[in-house]
Amino acid sequence: MQLHPPARIGLHPFAQIGLHRLWQALLVALVVGTLTFFLLRLLPGDMAFRIAASRYGYDLVSAAAAESVRAELGLDRPMFLALLSWWRDLMQLNLGNSLVSGEPVLHELAHELGNTLQLAGVALLLSAVIGVPLGMLAGSRPGGVIDRVTLALAVLLRALPPFVLGLVLIVVFAVQVSVLPAAGHGAPSHIVLPALTLALPLAALSCRVARDAMVSVGQSAYFAFALTKGLSQRQALLRHGLRNVGVPVVAYLGVQMVVLVEGVVIVETLFAWPGIGHALVHAIFGRDVPMIQGTALAMGLLFVLFNALIDVACHTIDPRRKATS
Amino acid sequence: MSASINTSTAVYLVANTTRKTHKIPVYIGILILLFLVCIAAFAPLFNRFDAISQNLDRVREAPSLEHWLGTDHLGRDQWARLAAALRVSLGSALIAVLVAACIGCGLGVLAAWRGGGAERAISAFADATMALPGLLLVLLVASLSPGAYALLYLGVALSMWVEYFRVVRAMSHRVLSGSPVEAARLLGFGPLYIVRRYLLPELLPVIGTLMCFGVSAAVLAVAALGFVGVGLQPPAAELGVMLIELMPYYEEAPWLLAAPSACLLLLLIALVLLAGEKDPR
Repeated sequence: MQLHPPARIGLHPFAQIGLHRLWQALLVALVVGTLTFFLLRLLPGDMAFRIAASRYGYDLVSAAAAESVRAELGLDRPMFLALLSWWRDLMQLNLGNSLVSGEPVLHELAHELGNTLQLAGVALLLSAVIGVPLGMLAGSRPGGVIDRVTLALAVLLRALPPFVLGLVLIVVFAVQVSVLPAAGHGAPSHIVLPALTLALPLAALSCRVARDAMVSVGQSAYFAFALTKGLSQRQALLRHGLRNVGVPVVAYLGVQMVVLVEGVVIVETLFAWPGIGHALVHAIFGRDVPMIQGTALAMGLLFVLFNALIDVACHTIDPRRKATS
Repeated sequence: MSASINTSTAVYLVANTTRKTHKIPVYIGILILLFLVCIAAFAPLFNRFDAISQNLDRVREAPSLEHWLGTDHLGRDQWARLAAALRVSLGSALIAVLVAACIGCGLGVLAAWRGGGAERAISAFADATMALPGLLLVLLVASLSPGAYALLYLGVALSMWVEYFRVVRAMSHRVLSGSPVEAARLLGFGPLYIVRRYLLPELLPVIGTLMCFGVSAAVLAVAALGFVGVGLQPPAAELGVMLIELMPYYEEAPWLLAAPSACLLLLLIALVLLAGEKDPR
């Protein structure tokens, strides 16, 4: 890491982060939009009839209905022009209506986004509460019992696919002990198992990162000096250790965001949690192209937003860091 | 699943695990993997049942001499299905990783060789691929045509090629600007000779390690897609599909659910241990 990186264009670091992530968000929209456009084009049969059938039911499809769909979606235009207007709609956030429920996609997304954010937030919090203290405990005595046990657990948890972990948690907590509901949504207890399934693999890595950071803090000169000048172990840790452990833990959270976003798809499906990931899988089942586009876009943008927040957090904890990597 | 992230976390864990213990985890990984490959390859020779014939008179039987791992909810031989699922997992993962490595290496060398506009264009394509989490990209590509497994594997490959590209491009830049390559060019050797004699020997070991991680990421991706129901479809024997199919019977026949779970876990652990020798970055 450079101590004094040259500012690239002389922008405020936060503006650099914003520009970089804005470019990424644009790429997300472009990739999702283009893929879903071809998805629409690749629906088998006459697209207009297929879409009309999914809108009005198979009994009510007439040539007139198909024609109106064709005109509405511009299916008769050359592909390149159609793609351009598809992109224009996307940039104006004109995502259309769900082909299954007929509701505006944005309206459905707003509802699901809240559920997903709730789940992801609780999972992140849980992972920090479980992982970081354990890691610091392990790192304060490297090679000790806690260190070895957490290492073995971390390797196991990382190798365990999220759906197998979820199954194990369901079998143990919902069936054998019956203390927690296996699936559902509404009561606060419903969030525990899905959030735990998401949180444990995240906690495994946070724990190891915190442990390594703690070891290097413990060996550092400034920590030795803090102890020498008379601070107690606890004071030295709070004043000089915590912030330095925090930097790599938060930085690695950025790496972990992919695990979280991908985990959301699987965990929501497994636990029937009515969020974006669940909606995406259902939209793919139903070939509901506008919903596929909306949910994929929301998840992609969420991913970019989380990364931007982590960039800002990293910069706030350690302003020496280069703003964008 | 996004290979790069799984890779980096796995590298992080394993690089710090194996630093002192050296070779032993690698040998354990090889042993487990060989064991699983043997099951996948030779199980049909010792089994008169196949993976899809049903026998509804004999459903959810416990393991016996006839049915080594019992029978599933449709009376299909679980051992035969497990072997078939392992073949699918290993085969599809190998295909996806080979395709990803070929695309990534080819574009990486091309970008480093040509530089300029070509390099910028390819890098922008790489950025676009990485903008979405890997699983999301695979889901979108696979949903283009449900039931077309080739597209599924292509989607997995598409979500993984960027890490090969980045590593290969960085290494190629270094090698191509070095004096040995300059000397070879002055002597009049063509691009093919330079790639074969100067580039490949440097690249291959690193690509090998990356591919080990890639295989585990691909196995996980295919199983995850099967599990949520948008990957391989029943009656295909695939680890994720088997898990979701057998989940309702975990209480009356826990061995049925345990077999594919354990198989998947062993496979992933073996691949992580195997790849853990060195950190490519």
